[in-house]
Amino acid sequence: MRKTFGDRAADNLRFVIESCVGKENFIDTFPNKSNNFCCGGGGGYLQSGYKEERLQYGKIKDAQIQATGATYVIAGCHNCHAQLHELGEHYGAHYHVVHIWTVICLALGVLAPSERTYLGPELQEVNLPKTEEDDE
Amino acid sequence: MAEEAVKIEKKSGSFFIDKVKEILPAGGNLNACLTCGLCASGCPATGLRDMDPRKFLRMAALGMDEEIKKSEWVWMCSMCTRCMYACPMQINIPQLVFNARKLTPREERPKGILASCDMAMKNPTLSAMGTTQEDFEFVVQDILDEVREEQPEWEERDLQAPMDKQGAYFFLNQNSREPMVEPEEMVPLWKILNIVGADWTYGSTGWAGENYCLFLADDPAWEKHTRGTLGKADELGCKVFLNTE
Ligand code: SF4
Ligand code: SF4
Repeated sequence: MRKTFGDRAADNLRFVIESCVGKENFIDTFPNKSNNFCCGGGGGYLQSGYKEERLQYGKIKDAQIQATGATYVIAGCHNCHAQLHELGEHYGAHYHVVHIWTVICLALGVLAPSERTYLGPELQEVNLPKTEEDDE
Repeated sequence: MAEEAVKIEKKSGSFFIDKVKEILPAGGNLNACLTCGLCASGCPATGLRDMDPRKFLRMAALGMDEEIKKSEWVWMCSMCTRCMYACPMQINIPQLVFNARKLTPREERPKGILASCDMAMKNPTLSAMGTTQEDFEFVVQDILDEVREEQPEWEERDLQAPMDKQGAYFFLNQNSREPMVEPEEMVPLWKILNIVGADWTYGSTGWAGENYCLFLADDPAWEKHTRGTLGKADELGCKVFLNTE
């Protein structure tokens, strides 16, 4: 966001997320948008071999997420996803890390059980797509 | 107690920082530092290897090229640009770091990044995991068939994952991790594109989004990667490149 599209794109994404989960269920990190901290999954970090440093780098991100108290955090890309997931485990946090398309499909009622790998147990049954058995 | 002062030897010739200034617009403002420390106080890499962005810039400004060359910190800055955003003088520290990565001979740069770039260069798919065209096409088709079979609603809705569709509006790239490690994660995106009626396609080559040559600071390979993927989108006549990476 900070690097390319700026706060406008960050706001657009917040609009999408709030539309999916409800305004009252979206908790922003602080700081956020262009002032936000990088998680440390980018720049080649994941393949650089500097794991200890990478986890140290991400400490501030993990603390930011934990401070929101949110149970789900939406990652911007695959590198973020991998890094946030590892940060959560390393620092003993309790948030799940998901992609935005998972949240959109969940809200639309089209997310199949096989596509819920990163959702916690409490969301496994929520808004499941209709099956033929339901219609009978 | 004060630390020992850094003694600068008188050197001749051109310094690393001067070379970087030459290639950046407005010289990256690398001469304009106020030493205020805003960059360092908001950088997640501050403290790693006893380094921070202000210190790094100062070392470059003092011509401590050997120390910079030796510092592994250049791989611990993620080039996130937060320092530059916060800096009152808009100093381009991330570019300084990026160029400092080039001071290490290519073959001595971090093995994982090096191997990922080399792998991508070997294959027209540009996949850092070495996924071939055949593997990608197979996995996409296989997952698509499975979804259409197990979720009849998507048979009805005619869910597609087009490959090399000439004239599609959107060209979509994909991180290799998905087809290789968790292919079912590709499906929600296909569903959304179907629901909104988007005309899109994958490319059988040039589809891999992860660009480790960029992180390796290997400019020619980075360019080859980027041209490879954009070239495929052009060849198919796509209008918009959707980067999911
Ligand atoms: S924020 Fe900018 S001006 Fe301040 S110390 Fe850092 S580089 Fe220098
Ligand atoms: S670009 Fe590098 S130096 Fe600047 S804030 Fe990010 S990690 Fe720190």
